[in-house]
Amino acid sequence: MTDVNITVTDREGAVHDIVAPTDMAMNLMEVFKAYELPVEGTCGGMAMCASCQCYVTSSHELEDMQDEEEAMLSEAFFVKNNSRLGCQIPITSQLEGLEVELAPDY
Amino acid sequence: MIKTDILIIGAGPTGLFTVFEAGLLKLKCHLIDALPQPGGQCSEIYPKKPIYDIPGFPEVLAGDLTQNLLEQGKQFEPGFTLGERAETIEKQEDGSFIVTTNKGTKHHAPIVAIAGGLGSFEPRKPPIENITNYEDKGVAYFIKDPEVYRNKKVVIAGGGDSALDWSIFLADVAAEVTLIHRRNEFRGALDSVEKARELKLLEKINIITPAEVTALHGNSKLEGISIVRDGEKSLLEADHFIPLFGLSPKLGPIGDWGLEIEKNAIKVDTLDYQTNIPGIFAIGDVNTYPGKLKLILCGFHEATLMCQSAYKIMNPGKKYILKYTTVSGINGFDGTRKEAPKAVVQAIND
Repeated sequence: MTDVNITVTDREGAVHDIVAPTDMAMNLMEVFKAYELPVEGTCGGMAMCASCQCYVTSSHELEDMQDEEEAMLSEAFFVKNNSRLGCQIPITSQLEGLEVELAPDY
Repeated sequence: MIKTDILIIGAGPTGLFTVFEAGLLKLKCHLIDALPQPGGQCSEIYPKKPIYDIPGFPEVLAGDLTQNLLEQGKQFEPGFTLGERAETIEKQEDGSFIVTTNKGTKHHAPIVAIAGGLGSFEPRKPPIENITNYEDKGVAYFIKDPEVYRNKKVVIAGGGDSALDWSIFLADVAAEVTLIHRRNEFRGALDSVEKARELKLLEKINIITPAEVTALHGNSKLEGISIVRDGEKSLLEADHFIPLFGLSPKLGPIGDWGLEIEKNAIKVDTLDYQTNIPGIFAIGDVNTYPGKLKLILCGFHEATLMCQSAYKIMNPGKKYILKYTTVSGINGFDGTRKEAPKAVVQAIND
């Protein structure tokens, strides 16, 4: 059991160093919310709203997207090549040092 | 005019359980929901997904939970207005409310309980400057009457089923159909993707990918759009622009009812989940308060406490003592009665 360190840049450009547990079955959106970052998570983590969209700026190899996430991102706005939905990224030890940026709120 | 004691807006799990708790207090409920069936997200979005945190149910499918809640409240004979969205609310002189739906159905009740969850699902509008200025002047987010597009130049944006299906359909109606998508890949039923490819080869649809619409032009109505493809800008003539980017939940008209809103949710007092307007409560995922958790089980708790206050508002001065269903049983409004079998005192050896 370990915690991982993640760096989040919010929409104002402020940088937050956060610590996420790998043994609580959490996803990145839930950790954003736990730290009261301005992420709605409207749909509750079902890849249905894209309110937790973020850009992965470090070179981590994340698990491939599932169909649901890809479908949502193909309809979301402000999507870039490194866009992911936070709710579809489980917190694992591979995420140590991950850097992400919150996508615009729309 | 439909009359009831508690008018519940939203027929998801929290709204449905309110029917039961209100029934124990002899209060009658009527539910309004924009969806054509009760259950809210549980039946519309994830009926086949198991839920593991309903007390007493180690595992229950969301669809089954909905059925169980309907069964549990059945003897209290709730009314339903389904497939209609609550649009306006008017406070009456006696403190009661009249809620009217988008189809004009009127409901009158002394108590309103908003159990609207995430809100109603509305089309997602792309972030293009001035797009709202062109609404009903060439821009529409869904297609009501395809005849509007006859012999017109139509641009559709989006990469899912609805963008594909409407492009295919309008190919025979419009003078020109252009489908624009940010990616090269379309995500839809195999048939639709193949049909669109075929129509493109026949030059009945123009498909422009990977591209995005960046601006809209026209004086009194839409005349053209700007697109960017591979960093290159171009201009396209268009009478109609139809962005089809799916639906997203919005609080909707309830947001204009004068209720205190914070982060797209309704602020309530945790004493009884009443809003800033006396007589209007908000329960379940639609409300917010310090420490709020959006869980079905929290919605059930909120509904229960809310009904106690609703009773007090409707019966001022009357004392009500909390009943246990194990002790007093349940008297349905339909004349049924449920109760535990009575114990007997009898000698076995005589």
